[in-house]
Amino acid sequence: MMRTYAGHSTAAKSNELYRRNLAKGQTGLSIAFDLPTQTGYDADDELARGEVGKVGVPVAHKGDMSALLDGIPLDKMNTSMTINATAAWLLALYIVTAEEQGVAPAQLQGTTQNDIIKEYLSRGTYAFPPAPSMRLIADMVAYTVEEVPKWNPINICSYHLQEAGATPVQEIAYAMSTAIAVLDEVRARVPQDLMGKVFSRISFFVNAGVRFIEEHAKLRAMGRLWDELGRERYGVEDPKQRRFRYGVQVNSLGLTEAQPENNVQRIVLEALAVTLGRDARARALQLPAWNEALGLPRPWDQQWALRLQQVLAFETDLLEYPDIFEGSVVMDGLVNELLEGARAEMAIVAEHGGAVEAVPYMKAALVESHRERIRRIESGELKVVGQNVFTETEPSPLTASGDGGIMTVDPEVEQHQREAVRAWRSGRDQAAVDAALAEVARVAAGEENIMPATIAAARAGATTGEWAQALRDAFGQYRGPTGVGEAAGAGVDDDAALEQIRDEVERVSEALGRRLKILVGKPGLDGHSNGAEQIAVAARDAGMEVVYEGIRLTPSQIASSAVQEGVHVVGLSILSGSHRELIPSVLEALREAGAGDVPVVVGGIIPPSDEQALREAGVAAVYTPKDFNITQIMRDIVGLLASGSRSDRESSPKGSLSRR
Amino acid sequence: MAVDPAALARRLRDGDLTVAPAVLNLVESRAPKDQEAIAALLAAVSPAALGGEAPGHLVGVTGPPGAGKSTLLSALLHGWRERGRSVAVLAVDPSSKRSGGALLGDRARIDVDPADRAVFIRSMAAGERLGGLAPATRAAAHALAAAFDVVVIETVGVGQSETEIAEVADTVAVVVQPGSGDTLQFIKSGIMEIPDVLVVTKADLGQVATRARRDLHAALRSLGARGTAVVAVSSLPPAQGIDRLLDALEAHRGATDVPSRRLQARRLHALADFVEEHGARGLRALGGRRAAEKWLATTDPALDVGSLERALAERAAAAAG
Ligand code: B12
Ligand SMILES: Nc1nc2c(ncn2[C@@H]2O[C@H](COP(=O)(O)OP(=O)(O)OP(=O)(O)O)[C@@H](O)[C@H]2O)c(=O)[nH]1
Ligand SMILES: [Mg+2]
Repeated sequence: MMRTYAGHSTAAKSNELYRRNLAKGQTGLSIAFDLPTQTGYDADDELARGEVGKVGVPVAHKGDMSALLDGIPLDKMNTSMTINATAAWLLALYIVTAEEQGVAPAQLQGTTQNDIIKEYLSRGTYAFPPAPSMRLIADMVAYTVEEVPKWNPINICSYHLQEAGATPVQEIAYAMSTAIAVLDEVRARVPQDLMGKVFSRISFFVNAGVRFIEEHAKLRAMGRLWDELGRERYGVEDPKQRRFRYGVQVNSLGLTEAQPENNVQRIVLEALAVTLGRDARARALQLPAWNEALGLPRPWDQQWALRLQQVLAFETDLLEYPDIFEGSVVMDGLVNELLEGARAEMAIVAEHGGAVEAVPYMKAALVESHRERIRRIESGELKVVGQNVFTETEPSPLTASGDGGIMTVDPEVEQHQREAVRAWRSGRDQAAVDAALAEVARVAAGEENIMPATIAAARAGATTGEWAQALRDAFGQYRGPTGVGEAAGAGVDDDAALEQIRDEVERVSEALGRRLKILVGKPGLDGHSNGAEQIAVAARDAGMEVVYEGIRLTPSQIASSAVQEGVHVVGLSILSGSHRELIPSVLEALREAGAGDVPVVVGGIIPPSDEQALREAGVAAVYTPKDFNITQIMRDIVGLLASGSRSDRESSPKGSLSRR
Repeated sequence: MAVDPAALARRLRDGDLTVAPAVLNLVESRAPKDQEAIAALLAAVSPAALGGEAPGHLVGVTGPPGAGKSTLLSALLHGWRERGRSVAVLAVDPSSKRSGGALLGDRARIDVDPADRAVFIRSMAAGERLGGLAPATRAAAHALAAAFDVVVIETVGVGQSETEIAEVADTVAVVVQPGSGDTLQFIKSGIMEIPDVLVVTKADLGQVATRARRDLHAALRSLGARGTAVVAVSSLPPAQGIDRLLDALEAHRGATDVPSRRLQARRLHALADFVEEHGARGLRALGGRRAAEKWLATTDPALDVGSLERALAERAAAAAG
């Protein structure tokens, strides 16, 4: 199946896009929701600032959902929704919209991603604590297996783990451990004779990196483990029900901002990993665009990604043979090696009490693996063409176009959506909504299945933010572990560059009177934590005191922490595209809190065209993926503070820092 | 920019909570040029200057790593705020020996309204100290106690660090999680002093928590420490037992002779600081620990830690010379 993952701005605009894609012969829908919808906030919530309609479509209530799906026959559609914490709610809205079209739940086909563990470990759009989140998932599985039998209620994702730095062994082990946690929870709720059916409804969403031989072996290993699990742990007799079904998005973490045209080669090679051997071939494949590290792809960029796939499928002989690795000693050896490693790692997770309890352990392990990866890139041990080797380049015609080679979203959308959701609230039967939400709260506090009450609330006209708030009140707020405190320090002792920075930090701290203290902050709903985590760990290893509170903070929270902690410098990380709204807000909040003189540095996906504006607003330095050398970034930060005491820093021109 | 210690002290005495960051920035400074100002500030909020002990309740929260101290603090903070108390938290984290750096992670677990001016949270790195506190924690806590109703210190949980916190706090709560037999052993064998309040966290985990509470209770009784409250709490929402714990902390303070406990604490702390500075040789010059403690007991009760430490140094120098 080929479909493009899409959604942006408003339900109506996304609907147009879907209809256009369907008219071109696309066979299914893949809905991208914006971050407020994914984390359970309405457009008028403070935390939604800068994110409404950015990376997907905002869906606040059944009216939005029916506008999104207007004119699309839901009985014929296969719809995939990238939705997790609020999956129960979005499925409810989908069911209610179908109902209004006269389509029964039993006819609906599609997938909700719904893997919460990887949200804590990598993706960041969680809303509730682990235990009640697992319960919501189990409720959905139990509900759909009976009422919406053609629905895939969950897609176990290992994709996001590799994007957070996982090694192949970690990717296999943590995904399988997650599946075990879900299946164990479901087993308690459904009759044993349904377990085969439940097992067969679970599919995977995996990653494939550029080391494509090993990656292929990884997929074969996952197939073996899955089969084993079904047979041994869950007593699934039918081999068909034990088949490992997976979709793929290939690796993006390794796609570079430097010489971005090279990403095309990488993407093609990664696609080979999941197609080469028929016994472990992907069901569905999504390829990222060449300009992945620059920003959101434009339609032409997406078309190119689709064409890569089509050339592989239709011009090469890739799909013509039976499994080409059958009987290969080398491949079998690789598979066994991975299996062995994965089983050992799974045993560690089990010792922690299973995937839910092991979230802090796994998170710290991923931060460590990512740290190691970055160290190897910095040292040149891991070669990245165009980034740390063969860096000389002719001027690129690809990035010379006027729009900077990326797509941007109109900021008006947010204002519009705020007003729209307020209008919706004032135009509905409030008493019915209150009663429906009270029922959701009651069910949440007990043990009944959450779905019927959720569907009733959707029907009554409740909003995404209201449904999620009812559950937050029942389950409590939750802040995921950051993994940075537990992550081991720099492994190498004889690292001269590190030693030199430590000396420098020591010297500057001496001059400041206190040890250099930095706050690393992640404003807004952006869940991309890799950069912030690696900066935090590197700063600690350079000898700084580091305050890092994890993702999802408001500008005023960041400013308040900065003042209370007495930090010497604030570092902000934003990759989701909301920097234009949020960075100035943080600067303003700092000024209001009386910390306007604390230098602020920023990192993330910041298009060059925005960099100047940020500097003019008072940002001291801006870093993007091409500044892959974190040791150098540390040197810059120390230099920033070495350039003088607080008072003379104010008179020195801001932004004089050089950027490589 | 020079800070005016007298102004800071005045604002503390006036209950101006917004002064807290500036106070911390000063007392944490190791710069030689700031030492005079620090001494002046501390003298200006000492019992002698205040005409009595600082009114705030100094609460120590200690226990093994990961026991749930910070999460508990988050729940306690809400309880104190509901009771109308202003709260300052000093959260101490370990420093890396190799780099000197530190990841200050406690704050992330404490959920507060950033607009609430009556809550102040500061993370502190322990540096090279082993006792579970940062170099400036004690001074900071005493200064803040002049303005905040409650000052809580979360220590680095390293098993035996509880002694140092006992020299700072009016009430020490030791936090353990269910299934951690270590604490029980530490208490029984006398490695760890008997806490004022024992908290068993993660009560939501059910039976193991109940059992842990029972075992600790029995151990304390067998040691004759019937007065020590053992409270089971669950800090994750829906939190449980928090009100009971707040009551237990306040009851302990009510039953404690705070001035004499703090006086004793100041003297012991001065001795600890002296040893840190002058080592075993210094201690020998004073005739050993017990002799030093006896001598300290004869000093003027109004002396603050800095003066006491200087007095000890003079005495040692006189003995050596
Ligand atoms: C890895 C990744 C993910 C991972 C994130 C895992 C994690 N926990 O971080 C996963 C798979 C979960 C993910 C999810 C999504 N992603 Co993503 N992701 C990426 C990717 C491929 C790499 C980012 C990364 O981690 N790089 C490695 C780190 C170390 O580098 P870095 O963060 O850039 O940091 C460096 C510098 O920027 C700088 N820096 C960064 N922060 C700071 C802070 C300070 C203080 C300093 C000094 C320096 C600094 O220093 C670092 C050292 O080099 C980028 C594209 C790319 N290749 O860059 C897309 C990208 C950021 N993602 C994107 C999108 C859209 C999403 C999703 C919304 C997709 C969806 N609809 O589901 C979700 C949203 C998740 C969420 N909750 O916000 C877009 C953002 C588009 C935009 N800005 O307009 C990008 C650009 C891809 C694209 N072109 O579409 N993603
Ligand atoms: N189930 C449960 N988990 C808890 C409870 N309190 C804390 N935790 C969890 O225990 C882990 C450690 O909690 P922290 O509050 O960071 O523990 P700490 O003692 O402050 O840890 P350090 O400062 O690192 O020594 C976190 O994952 C918490 O979510 C509780 O009451 N119940
Ligand atoms: Mg803590």
